[in-house]
Amino acid sequence: MEPLTGFEIFTRILVQFLPVWISLAVLFGLSITYKRKLGLYGKLFDSVIGMIGFALVMFWVFTGIYGAMDLIITHDPLAQLSGMKNKGPGTPLRSPKEGQYEWYLLGGDNLARDVFSRMVSGAWIVVQIAPLATLFAFMVGITLGLPAGYYGGRLDTLLSFLANLILAFPVILLFYLLVTPEIVATGLPQYMAVVLFIFPLVFFGVLINSRFRTQPKKNRTWLIVVLLPLFLIYMSVVNEAGSKIGFWPLDFFDVPGGILVVFVSVVFVNSPTVFRIVRGLAMDIKTRDYVAAAQTRGEGPWYIMLWEILPNARGPLIVDFCLRIGYTTILLGTLGFFGLGLPPESPDWGSTINEGRRLLLLYLHPALPPAFALLSLVLGLNLLADGLREESLKD
Amino acid sequence: MGQFILRRTGVMIVTALCLTFIVFFLTNLYPNLEKLAKTQGNFRMSDEAVTSYLDSNGYLQPLTVKYGQWLGVLPGWTKTNDEGAVTGRCLTGAVSPAEAEDAATYCGIIQGDWGFSTVFKDEVSTIVGTRLALTGKLMFWVLMLMIPSALLIGVMAGMREGSVLDRSLSTVSIITTATPEYVSGVIFIAVFASSAAGLKWFKGTATGAMENATFENFFLPVLTIALYGMGYIARMTRASMTEVMTAQYIRTARLKGVSFGNIVVKHALRNALIAPFTVIMLQFPWLLNGVVIVETLFNYKGFGWTLVQAAGNNDIELLLGVSVVSVIVVLVTQLISDIGYVYLNPRIRIS
Repeated sequence: MEPLTGFEIFTRILVQFLPVWISLAVLFGLSITYKRKLGLYGKLFDSVIGMIGFALVMFWVFTGIYGAMDLIITHDPLAQLSGMKNKGPGTPLRSPKEGQYEWYLLGGDNLARDVFSRMVSGAWIVVQIAPLATLFAFMVGITLGLPAGYYGGRLDTLLSFLANLILAFPVILLFYLLVTPEIVATGLPQYMAVVLFIFPLVFFGVLINSRFRTQPKKNRTWLIVVLLPLFLIYMSVVNEAGSKIGFWPLDFFDVPGGILVVFVSVVFVNSPTVFRIVRGLAMDIKTRDYVAAAQTRGEGPWYIMLWEILPNARGPLIVDFCLRIGYTTILLGTLGFFGLGLPPESPDWGSTINEGRRLLLLYLHPALPPAFALLSLVLGLNLLADGLREESLKD
Repeated sequence: MGQFILRRTGVMIVTALCLTFIVFFLTNLYPNLEKLAKTQGNFRMSDEAVTSYLDSNGYLQPLTVKYGQWLGVLPGWTKTNDEGAVTGRCLTGAVSPAEAEDAATYCGIIQGDWGFSTVFKDEVSTIVGTRLALTGKLMFWVLMLMIPSALLIGVMAGMREGSVLDRSLSTVSIITTATPEYVSGVIFIAVFASSAAGLKWFKGTATGAMENATFENFFLPVLTIALYGMGYIARMTRASMTEVMTAQYIRTARLKGVSFGNIVVKHALRNALIAPFTVIMLQFPWLLNGVVIVETLFNYKGFGWTLVQAAGNNDIELLLGVSVVSVIVVLVTQLISDIGYVYLNPRIRIS
């Protein structure tokens, strides 16, 4: 069989992404039709930059999801087919089996795996980890930043000192210190997970309790409904049979190899910056009249922080959330680039770039697709943040 | 002002002590020590052999004692073995008790004794010194490229907010902030250096640049680091420039009939450059990251490359030395940035 030409490769890739195009068209069609009823999200569709950014981000989100459902990928991202080592884009398989896709659309890497499928499954890893890790970093940053900004004084000095301590570490040094197999063997990342992952529970607990404090019955129901599942998930994540922490009998799932470590270190690196932003916003907003009004009404400090200050700080926080997902994606890539944390055969973009760069002077095709994928996702998030900032400033 | 600097310096020293202690704790965890013993002895060492090796080299003392000795505020350990010879932290090999008497009691990083690298088989201070000089060369050119172009882009974008020039330059700076070094570096090598694309304008490695830096072998690494930081500084400059350009005194100058070029250069620039100054200094920790990535990518054996080697090969003393230097670099630039901000901004300086 003949190798595909450039144009054929291009059209075939477009066809492979068909489910993504359909989802994007549906999403944009619905959003633009109802944009006046959708608040800030709808306003995003007034700005061209915001729309481009949103399209790029959603492209990779859909790609990740469909890739995990086996819709887009053409081959198993870990399968090595004979005769495909370092072969260029569009090379046909040597002896395709029945029902097997007959080409490597973007060529094979130095272990004869399909570059295209690896790039698509890499998207799933990012889409899983980056937003969730950023969300956790925000929980930690908000839970600590609000009291630091609201109360000030000694608490603020202490927490700010700790945050600056982490910020003064060069990130790569921190990764090398936290993610090596020897440190993982001591269980240190797991202990850090115990501390860091408790923050969402604390956050939601305080959030509900401060709101329904005066209605004990409602309070109890809400607390149980929200905290019980969270607690079970927390215990399942933290515990792993055969490691340092394994006392909990109801271990529903184990986080696959290395992901917990990567997750913890990314949350750890991100939370001090979020803390500083939230602290600054809280210090600014606590001087407003509505906060004084709430104080005069006799509301508790946590009610004021979480139900008066936090909703009014949402604009800058949402913008920073988008930017920070991009930054987390870059951090994940950095970890992969240095071969830290995730297993070496993992198809995440950082690891594939790292593998591809070794032969870069001879073969371009293994390194470039993941590089452009990462670039476009982070660019999309940056543009999205820019669009959101512009639209939220217009009111 | 003097009191401010003094207080900031005090906080800085406390921070440095905490950070080095954390690094010391992490590098001296037992699995790391066990690995060290096995790489120094042999890989099939029994657990007892590992313990006796670690004990005879002073690794099994309490953590705080070890840290004090490493820092040079506690006297280094000494041990007398069965044959009567003395080994110790401040001694090289086994010596007679009389020689041990003459040797220094304190030998930590304060006394300039940074230890011995097990990978490079050399004094840590020598390695760090030479590697730092190489990275200094890289950083110098990065700053020479990054600061003027970032300020230029920022000022040009900010002087007429919303113009076509502003839009296009802002897009460029967003793209550069979205491109981490390992992506832009790979793209640059692919386009400008590989034989597959055929341009071959530059070299794909910077190993030759360590002795003899030329435009051909040094431009790509410099550009790769500079580009990532450039977008951020340019955006900060733009924001501060647009703010200044709407100020009352600029309007007065325009109404007086001062030409636009003169307004930008003589009136606006001075005030617009206060914020970017702080940002540039705070970019140093990020630049350090970029240096590690780019030196690995281009095989330029500088400070960042040494960090990767030390961390990857469990070279505890070297890793500690590298950490101390990088932490101090970060903290000192933060201090300079704080002081500079207060000094440059008359509103804060006078109050």
